[in-house]
Amino acid sequence: MSDAPLLEIKDVTVEFATRRGIVRAVEQINISLTKGETLGIVGESGSGKSVTSYAVMRILDRAGTIANGSVVFSGIDVREMSMIFQNPRAALNPIRKVGRQIEDVLKQHVLADTRDIKEKAVEMLRQVKIARPEERYHAYPFELSGGMCQRIVIALALACQPRLLIADEPTTGLDVTTQKSVMDLVVELTRARGMSTILITHDLGLAAAYCDRVVVMEKGKIVETAMSSEIFKSPSHPYTKRLMKATPKVGGTLRGLLPDGAELSPAASMPKMSIDKTEKPLLEVRNLVKEYPRQGATKTLGELLGKPAPAESIFRAVDGISFTVGKGESVGLVGESGCGKSTTSMMVMRLLDKTSGDIIFSGEDIGSIPASEFAVLPQRKRIQMVFQDPTDSLNPRFTAVRAIADPIMRLGGISGRDALRARCEELAKLVGLPVELLDRFPHQLSGGQKARVGIARAIALNPELVILDEPTAALDVSVQAVVLNLLQDLKDSLGMSYLFVSHDLNVVRLLCDRVIVMRTGKVVEEGTAEEVLGSLKAEYTRELLTAIPHPPL
Amino acid sequence: MNSHSRISSVSAVARAPKVAIAMKPVEAAGSAQTSGLKAVLRQTKYVISENPITGFAFGLFILLAVAAIFGPWIVPYDPLASNTAQALKPPSWQFWFGTDQLGRDIFSRVVVATRLDMTIAVTSVALVFALGGISGIAAGYFGGWIDIVVSRLADMIMAFPLFVLAMGIVAALGNTVTNIVIATAIINYPLYARIARAEANVRREAGFVMAARLSGNSEWRILFTQILPNVMPIMVVQMSLTMGYAVLNAAGLSFIGLGVRPPTPEWGIMVADGAGYIVSGEWWIALFPGLALMLAVFCFNLLGDGLRDIVDPQRRT
Repeated sequence: MSDAPLLEIKDVTVEFATRRGIVRAVEQINISLTKGETLGIVGESGSGKSVTSYAVMRILDRAGTIANGSVVFSGIDVREMSMIFQNPRAALNPIRKVGRQIEDVLKQHVLADTRDIKEKAVEMLRQVKIARPEERYHAYPFELSGGMCQRIVIALALACQPRLLIADEPTTGLDVTTQKSVMDLVVELTRARGMSTILITHDLGLAAAYCDRVVVMEKGKIVETAMSSEIFKSPSHPYTKRLMKATPKVGGTLRGLLPDGAELSPAASMPKMSIDKTEKPLLEVRNLVKEYPRQGATKTLGELLGKPAPAESIFRAVDGISFTVGKGESVGLVGESGCGKSTTSMMVMRLLDKTSGDIIFSGEDIGSIPASEFAVLPQRKRIQMVFQDPTDSLNPRFTAVRAIADPIMRLGGISGRDALRARCEELAKLVGLPVELLDRFPHQLSGGQKARVGIARAIALNPELVILDEPTAALDVSVQAVVLNLLQDLKDSLGMSYLFVSHDLNVVRLLCDRVIVMRTGKVVEEGTAEEVLGSLKAEYTRELLTAIPHPPL
Repeated sequence: MNSHSRISSVSAVARAPKVAIAMKPVEAAGSAQTSGLKAVLRQTKYVISENPITGFAFGLFILLAVAAIFGPWIVPYDPLASNTAQALKPPSWQFWFGTDQLGRDIFSRVVVATRLDMTIAVTSVALVFALGGISGIAAGYFGGWIDIVVSRLADMIMAFPLFVLAMGIVAALGNTVTNIVIATAIINYPLYARIARAEANVRREAGFVMAARLSGNSEWRILFTQILPNVMPIMVVQMSLTMGYAVLNAAGLSFIGLGVRPPTPEWGIMVADGAGYIVSGEWWIALFPGLALMLAVFCFNLLGDGLRDIVDPQRRT
């Protein structure tokens, strides 16, 4: 590539003025991008990858400044760079029709006049492969799915005909199949227009699959730059190696995710609980159904007239599913968003009432107990849960020890300050949380530490069944590796059963004995992890697996 | 190079939270060493040094508190004793704020009145916090009929011009200080109920609330131990802001002859007393109590703004 670079970032250092002095978010960054090239910037949270892109776009927070270096962009026109963000819904105006929003951009950049502006907006929608674009022109963002919204945002970003597109985690909130179609679209459109793209992501696999070149960042510094075809074959920097090792992949093991010589949690060295697998299943779910009234259905008038609600006014989130979880077994519940896996877990958790069906927990039909009464029953302590978002699931006003102690105080039957504290410390040690962190508030803990607090709280009452609701979805891969290992060790030493709810097949494969694949409220496929993920009987499972970005090897 | 014009219209949205996330580890590392009271003191010191006006407001607040607590013992004259020989004297070294038509020392009356005005403000705000705050949180958390009752009640009160409503309540219930407190609390109810409802509503489905349910907490327990502490900061800010309004409201009612009766020293009555004398040149009778009133309102409003900075973690960069 003999062309002069389109974008050149030279020795850029970005500093943030904080109360405790200046913090360097990015240090001495050098990146150059040629015309038509796709560059991936990969790093974990706090690596400075987003800040780099903000520096390029000149949209740094008022506390941040480019302290050193220069960003040279060899552009002539004013509409040169566009950016797409992680949360497409937040980037769209919720009360304006999407077609209008595209027209706004066209108008802003004087790319259309009043006669053909609508045509052009519809054409933009067609280009981002939105079906029935004339109809969708009139849609509001809330009427569209997440993937559809991201397409609209891409249309907006491309409407001003930029020469550089910066995509900041464009598919993080999306399902794998949607991620694949959105990324395919971005690559196709930018190739066709000869645009350059910077893809910012935490997923090394995604970057390697879609980019020409990959830049790996750690703690504000670039540690490695390589062609994506090379980086998987021969990563040179130890950080890249560690990152690759921690990414779950086909044929890997749980322990294999951890860096060599990593310290295991104390639970790993405890003796395994022997479990009699011939016993009756711990949890048995039979024909479980959850129905919701469809939004906007005119039910009140029908009710007044005494007519039964029409069938299409009811939405079945969970449509007659049955499965069992044995003692000491971990079962994965897999599916894309909206497939009913979370609704199922909430019903088993007894936080949500079922419409019909049975939930039998060690011989007792707990499904018939209303969710509102379940909280104070003794059965409560036998089923616990680890939540998806470790930040959201901890009360910001409570210290870690207070959060862990809460279930013990209510249901644990341990009284006295010292006994309580001792039990909390014991739990903290078990999950590998340093005891001195117990008195901190959630905002003073890292994501991995918060996840550990959540796990400690869930196992505080020695539950028999723990529901794990995407426990690692909000974590970096290296933290995910540690947490997954911890969960496995805890299960083995405490003899718990897991119901693992996830969209990530690679993670499920590592942790679960059996896998249940769900789609639109029904079970598509069920079997041991090897059976389901190895043979790929059901088409849907195959679709899910192939959508996971595969780096060129 | 002119960089800002390059950014397409999509780009400006949603960047603030991202940067905040990026800054988080830094914040965590820094504040980790301190905890509890020390951290609060440090944060307070930081806010005051960042924003000296908050410090000024805090100073004013201390002044008001001292006047309210020790007023009757530190004033030079008896606030009720009339002395017609010294009537309508302009401010001097002997009478700092001058004297009124009955020869009473205005400085002494202004200082002594602080206690009554503050008592009315504090009790009415405490009352409205207890009523509006708790019912608003319950409405936001439980929804359903509690929400309907609380929200419609708030709408109903909002439908009236608030000061006229307060007048009506005091006139109907009787001319006492207690009724001023009740009236002030009632007209502030919608504000508290709505803020508390909105704050509780966004948290009802939060992970920590579900976790509390799993821990065996009853719904009311969750309301008081999980939701309330999270709603508290914004309520404290609101309390400070309404405090100024409550002082003004109490003085306003007294000004038109409702509530506190002469000769009790009270800022509203004193302004009303002096209003008639302004045309004849005795400006000091109305000016000084009016100034005290203004300072009190000013102080609480500034303090509210400062408190908002302290409790708002978004500002902690």
